[in-house]
Amino acid sequence: MAENGAQNELLVVSSSPHVKTRDTTQRLMGDVLIGLAPAAAAAGYLFGSRALMIMAASVGTAVLAEHLVSRMGHKRTTIGDLSAAVTGLLLAFNLPPSVPPWIPVIGSAVAILLVKALFGGLGGNFLNPALAARAILLAAWPVHMTAWIRPFDLVGTATPLATLVPKGVAGVPLPSYLDMFLGRIPGSLGETSALALLAGGLYLLWRRVIDWHTPVAFVGTVFVLTWLLGPDGIGTGDPLAHVLSGGLMLGALFMATDYVTSPVTPRGRLVMGLGCGLLTVLIRIYGAFPEGVSYSILIMNVATPLIDRWMTPRKFGMVKTA
Amino acid sequence: MSVKTFTRGGVHPPEHKEPTAGSPIREIPPAPEMVVPLSQHTGAPCEATVAVGDRVMAGQKIGDSEAFISAPVHSPVSGTVKAIEMRRVFTGAMVRCVVIAPDEHQEQAAQTERRDWRALAPDEIRSIVRQAGIVGLGGAAFPASVKIAPPKDKPIDSVIINGCECEPFLTCDQALMLLRPDDLIEATRLLIKVVGARRGYIGIELNKPDAIELLASKLKEDPEICVVRCEVKYPEGAEKQLIKAVLDREVPPGKLPSEVGALVHNVGTALAILDAVAQGTTLTRRVVTVTGAVARPGNLEVRVGTPVSHLIEQCGGFAGQPGKVILGGPMTGWAIEDLGVPVQKGTSGVVVLTREYMDAHPTLACVRCGKCVEVCPMGLMPNMIGIYAERGRYDDAEKWNAMDCFECGACAYVCPSKRPLVDCVRKSKQAINEKHRRQREAKS
Repeated sequence: MAENGAQNELLVVSSSPHVKTRDTTQRLMGDVLIGLAPAAAAAGYLFGSRALMIMAASVGTAVLAEHLVSRMGHKRTTIGDLSAAVTGLLLAFNLPPSVPPWIPVIGSAVAILLVKALFGGLGGNFLNPALAARAILLAAWPVHMTAWIRPFDLVGTATPLATLVPKGVAGVPLPSYLDMFLGRIPGSLGETSALALLAGGLYLLWRRVIDWHTPVAFVGTVFVLTWLLGPDGIGTGDPLAHVLSGGLMLGALFMATDYVTSPVTPRGRLVMGLGCGLLTVLIRIYGAFPEGVSYSILIMNVATPLIDRWMTPRKFGMVKTA
Repeated sequence: MSVKTFTRGGVHPPEHKEPTAGSPIREIPPAPEMVVPLSQHTGAPCEATVAVGDRVMAGQKIGDSEAFISAPVHSPVSGTVKAIEMRRVFTGAMVRCVVIAPDEHQEQAAQTERRDWRALAPDEIRSIVRQAGIVGLGGAAFPASVKIAPPKDKPIDSVIINGCECEPFLTCDQALMLLRPDDLIEATRLLIKVVGARRGYIGIELNKPDAIELLASKLKEDPEICVVRCEVKYPEGAEKQLIKAVLDREVPPGKLPSEVGALVHNVGTALAILDAVAQGTTLTRRVVTVTGAVARPGNLEVRVGTPVSHLIEQCGGFAGQPGKVILGGPMTGWAIEDLGVPVQKGTSGVVVLTREYMDAHPTLACVRCGKCVEVCPMGLMPNMIGIYAERGRYDDAEKWNAMDCFECGACAYVCPSKRPLVDCVRKSKQAINEKHRRQREAKS
């Protein structure tokens, strides 16, 4: 032992495996930011400097709040994992472009301090921080949170969803599918352009940051149910308009797929998507609000521990015997 | 020709086999001091059958046990027993070892004549394998004599030779397949006979095309044995996964391969069995891949009991600053702190990683990305085991099937938060075993 002492003290001892992927949580969050970039650019294009200001205020506050929480706990700052920046940007995407700048500041502070940090920080929260913060903002400042403006000229108006659902405003014509696909419609800041969101979502699928189960089940369920539950009976709905309007694309691709608050198994993720889709349609068609994406995701967030418990993978060797 | 694999989970770590792939096996001389642990296998440890000061021959038995699950150990050299004492082995544990100073003569213990294994009864073969001290050379070191004596009510129809070598860096099985293809086929026939099987398969991953081609050409029209091409995917060479790949059968949790009529032996083990039966050798040498940050990487024929430092010297020393020295492969091997620990029967490689190669990302909280669930070949949820083990809630870890994990490391390999999931499983297993032991004691 003695003759090797000089070399021995330099050796690291740790548990296997001794090789790891280069993937880190930071890289995954960075990929989510890249995935959100097209929609952020679309928001800037459609709603101008107002959109950029809201996104900056939201992201800035979220990152600052995360930093302060780390400091208060005398820990190294955790802003480097980029999860706070993701939360901030997602919150901004869920706000009407007309909100005053203090709304995203309060919203981000609530998201990080109340919804995330109080439950243990990264990995500990059971609700999607951005969506929970949005729900609180909607309850506290309903007027600001439901004042919609048109892209480009920023004139006040109703959203297409308000026209589409039964309890909505009558007489306003629905925009063309093309306008809805490109995002030339009123709506929350980052939700209007299905094109930009799909581009970002495909990037995340390609990078294997998310898998297809939740988005496909979510959008598919909404498509089928809104077609079935049409205004004039079974099969008279306008599923395409439902899929392209409101926060569905944003919710299905970027919010319901949030790691921390959604199931971990592929089957569980299918259930997540199905449940979100079902609840969204129920709220849109039968509920008090025109939009149900955020609440459906929040409800499924709460159900996630149960889904994880029930939707476990099949254990190797547990062959079904007849 | 179709390519086979297991269906659930798996990862693709970088292979790093180039430095030693296809390089011939070179024998190295014994070290000035040989340290032979009396427990190198799964099962009961041996008692020394020699005393300090005794002169021993190479191949002579120096430790044995009466227990069914055990394997005797033999002297790798001729020389003098200097000490029988506790020494550190690769796991970090202290194990009783026979320390031998080799002499110049290197005399072999008396060997039997060449034997024709076809003339021997299965029980005679099992007895020879037991006496030769053969254990699984793939890493687990389970006594081979036990494996080839399956329960009477569990007939074996298929013998699978494991040539997957799915661990990165390691190439010792590949080297053996290239050097001794005819012997490997012979060994497979021997195993088929011993357990009364009908078919033999040699499973090899596609990243060893030379070995596949060589063995397939020799088995072209063979009615009994065939080569199975396996996808390059970790852990293809894990026993249960290989059975799934080759036979499409799943060994139930907690059961042995005999449950589904299969026997799996690693390439090196099969050859050791043939050598013992046909030539009367005992297991005192094995092929070890020494690679990574060493000057001259290679596949070495090493006497069991040789200190790791001697292997490094024989490969020209370290190349650069070593960060970690691993016995076995990087996915399941053990990082050692003391280069004086000896090579054992189950030591398949010495892999030296530089500090630069080792990544030092901090451990973060689980973000529930589900990647560990996706890659787990056993269909477990390592995230849950990790979270509960971290909080000391081992009962919950047991509910999430910690005991069914065979510690392949795919989950920890893929975890973006760099969580020590295998470590969590090991701690859970220890606590769970301890709990069950206490419960049994309370009952009796």
